[in-house]
Amino acid sequence: MSVMEDLIAKYFRPGRLPHIWCPGCGNGVITGAIVKAIDKQGLAKDDVAIISGIGCSSRSSGYLDFNTANTLHGRALPIATGVKMGNPKLNVIVCSGDGDCTAIGGNHLIHAARRNIDLTLVVYNNSIYGMTGGQYSPMTPKGSKATTAPYATIEPSFNLLALAQAAGATYVARGTTYHVPQLVDVIAKGIAHKGFSIIEVVSACPISFGRQNKMGGPAQMMMWQRDHGVLKAVWDRMDEEKKAEAIAAGKFPIGVLYENNDVQEYTAAYDEIIKRAQEGK
Amino acid sequence: MSLKIITKRCKGCGICAAFCPKKVLAVSEIGKVEAVAEENCIKCGQCEMRCPDYAILLDK
Repeated sequence: MSVMEDLIAKYFRPGRLPHIWCPGCGNGVITGAIVKAIDKQGLAKDDVAIISGIGCSSRSSGYLDFNTANTLHGRALPIATGVKMGNPKLNVIVCSGDGDCTAIGGNHLIHAARRNIDLTLVVYNNSIYGMTGGQYSPMTPKGSKATTAPYATIEPSFNLLALAQAAGATYVARGTTYHVPQLVDVIAKGIAHKGFSIIEVVSACPISFGRQNKMGGPAQMMMWQRDHGVLKAVWDRMDEEKKAEAIAAGKFPIGVLYENNDVQEYTAAYDEIIKRAQEGK
Repeated sequence: MSLKIITKRCKGCGICAAFCPKKVLAVSEIGKVEAVAEENCIKCGQCEMRCPDYAILLDK
């Protein structure tokens, strides 16, 4: 038995594969990485909840055999917040796409981050709305084509991780579907972190994004990730001029970009306030 | 056999074939991956790791 075969037998709902994602879609790699990270942390299936929103990426919860909920568009984080508040012992992992998380659910994102509630948010960033036919999202790079931007989008995209960090997230990391072992590692660390963790995963949508932007097929898009993702240790050694050049060339750092273990977690703070109220103070 | 291909799951994206350092894999005319030179396989696992469809399983 191979490692992946074991993991599928252990954590996937039987009889649900093949999944519905298009040929070369990165969602399968990310979902596989989440399962590997859960296995790495040695968590029992009943101790994990997977909450997803709406979109291609959010179909992931349907394939996994944990406590799962496929919820409302953009509203995975509020529902995950409720699940965590109801049972703080659960390891709650949220699967959301770039459109789901940064557009429809943008407000929920900043407030979940602000509260520093112990959720692990995995953002499947394929730079486009795939399921609905290739409309541009807030994560579509400026200058890219989309069905709603046939002459290229003129909007700058969010710096998602800087946004989450500024809002209060205490674990901020990035991976790609090319760098799989590193991706598993940053997701596992995000699950272990007590506080709001966000992991942006740079992924490929060959059908709705790649084709419109002439990025080649699935393998070429994965090679693009290989050539543009720079390990944080290497990124940190660059001087400002080199960093500016790298950013201009579309490169980005991958790894754990920020971690702060000194901020109180939300459910712990809530427990304290309950205790205070019970003592009548 | 150490390299197991689950044809039912394969969608023929070609990622495994592109990243195989020993050119063991190729996508066939019907759009499914097949092992064309399994004797060259070094079990590096890059195909299994990056397959989005869990269609390649490698015994270690």
